Amino acid sequence: MTVQTWTYLLVGITFTLYIGIAIWSRAGSTKDFYVAGGGVSPLANGMATAADWMSAASFISMAGIISFAGYDGSVYLMGWTGGYVLLALLLAPYLRKFGKFTVPDFIGDRYYSKTARIVAVICALIVSFTYVAGQMRGVGVVFSRFLEVDINTGVIIGMVIVLFYAVLGGMKGITYTQVAQFCVLIFAFMVPAIFISIQMTGNPIPQLGMGSKLSDGSGMYLLDKLNGLSTELGFAAYTEGKKSTIDIFMITLALMVGTAGLPHVIVRFFTVKRVKDARKSAGLALLLIAILYTAAPAVAVFARTNMFKTVSNQEYAKMPEWFKNWKTTGLLNFNDKNGDGIIQYVADQTQNELIVDPDIMVLANPEIADLPAWVIALVAAGGLAAALSTAAGLLLVISASVSHDLIKKIFVPNISEKGELWAARGAATVAVVIAGYFGINPPGFVAAVVALAFGLAAASFFPAIILGIFYKKMNKEGAIAGMIIGISLMLFYMLKFKFGIFDGGKEAVPTLEKDWWFGISPEGFGSVAMFVNFIVSIIIMKFTPEPPKNVQQIVENIRIPSGAGEATNH
Amino acid sequence: MSKKQEHATAYWKENIRYLFILLAIWFAVSYGAGILFKDSLNQIKIGGFELGFWFAQQGSIYVFVILIFVYVRLMNKLDKKYGFNE
Repeated sequence: MTVQTWTYLLVGITFTLYIGIAIWSRAGSTKDFYVAGGGVSPLANGMATAADWMSAASFISMAGIISFAGYDGSVYLMGWTGGYVLLALLLAPYLRKFGKFTVPDFIGDRYYSKTARIVAVICALIVSFTYVAGQMRGVGVVFSRFLEVDINTGVIIGMVIVLFYAVLGGMKGITYTQVAQFCVLIFAFMVPAIFISIQMTGNPIPQLGMGSKLSDGSGMYLLDKLNGLSTELGFAAYTEGKKSTIDIFMITLALMVGTAGLPHVIVRFFTVKRVKDARKSAGLALLLIAILYTAAPAVAVFARTNMFKTVSNQEYAKMPEWFKNWKTTGLLNFNDKNGDGIIQYVADQTQNELIVDPDIMVLANPEIADLPAWVIALVAAGGLAAALSTAAGLLLVISASVSHDLIKKIFVPNISEKGELWAARGAATVAVVIAGYFGINPPGFVAAVVALAFGLAAASFFPAIILGIFYKKMNKEGAIAGMIIGISLMLFYMLKFKFGIFDGGKEAVPTLEKDWWFGISPEGFGSVAMFVNFIVSIIIMKFTPEPPKNVQQIVENIRIPSGAGEATNH
Repeated sequence: MSKKQEHATAYWKENIRYLFILLAIWFAVSYGAGILFKDSLNQIKIGGFELGFWFAQQGSIYVFVILIFVYVRLMNKLDKKYGFNE
């Protein structure tokens, strides 16, 4: 069977599975819709959280980015896993004990203020929308390459599937489809990784293969070989990287704190029964995520080495089939500058003739390594599972923010249970359509903003939640000022240094690099904005009245795990 | 102060102590071994891995997983000790 037949088969089977699960787990109440009824087991929640978290970026882009960035890519590996330690130790158990439906719910009640709630809703919407647009694009890319449909048709197919199970099943439908999607995506990521590890090093465990000797009889360690190949062609040594230490530090911190502050991850912990289940499922989620996150750097090393060997100084005419396939998608480009018919792939931009988009490293990896057709098709199904599961989780946050936090809590407080459920479904539908629009017409800034969504979450939610739990005397004035100043500062830095808005637009961006404050890139600036948020909150608090007694009572109460009950609609 | 309140205060104190210890390890493996002291650790090689690089791309993640499960165990015990388990 051809790759395409296999792909239709595997994608067809997995999609049927997702839809079947959605029909079986329809939401009957708002509680089903927002928190899956509140009785999800820790293991199921761990799997769902892992799928929720691992997006098209983790599955498709991350290993590719690392393979080009080498050591510098570590910021994603540490940043996107270390955040779970913060989540498990500092947030999940207490938010679960608090027992509401959404993150703005917590902010609004803890800071006894509608303003705080609205600020939180706006932050949640900004973060989630930027994120979901990237997912839809990922769906489109996979469809266009593997099923040879138009990228827009791909996005629309993805929209219909997500719409179906998110609108019908809400959190309940999403949870159980995410469990299935986790299985699909982890299998799809690990099978090629194991195959290639055996091929290159003889070790079936990619995490170990990465540090093993090559099996080509040279007796060289793979990483030494790769360092040699990289420096020979003028690139930085793979295990060294070239970013400054302070920037690596700050980006890692922003990604960790941002992870812990992302609403679509936090809400997953509202779905379990008890506080101890929330702790345990955070551990299980990270364990399952770590399978992919420790294999990804190995895949990066394999792919980078293979690519050097396959293309560097080879004749263009003799390139294998995949090279031409990817060239037609525009993600790979060859320009024979000196006209010798040979591919010069070097760091020096004036002589370099090959441009490779990092996104294709994972998708093309099985083809580069000449793996069987079904493995290549599996990767397509896995990429779709990763993108769809994250998109669904984000859409739920958007719909709950609108139907619960805005409509029920602010504009129409006496809306009926049934009305709220329909409002939630309506909001989810509108959100899918908007996300799909951005998937089809991606504004140039989507990719840039997805990375910055973490900075925005770090600068706004994280301090407000932490102070709300660990600092009883924190009041609404402090928290609101902190959130507004934190997110504004982050937005300002982003607009100035990422988009060059104040200096004449995009072209000015590279020249602005020397003006970065303390040498920190926009990606790492979320850490600074987070510290500013903390400091502003505490200073303002000192000069304003302390929170009412009953709020201080709530804080004391969430610190004790017993009596969590189920998430309630008040 | 009632018995329950005393328990709650003591429980919270011990919890904070655990958090400090666990987060110190969290910081040490990632920001310490993986970033700040990476260059000196890279002098040590284990198999094909330079140690600082290994912490940044593998080791810190393994430690993170272990940290959460240690926390789960410690807290389950603490819940029982003060009668907050369910």
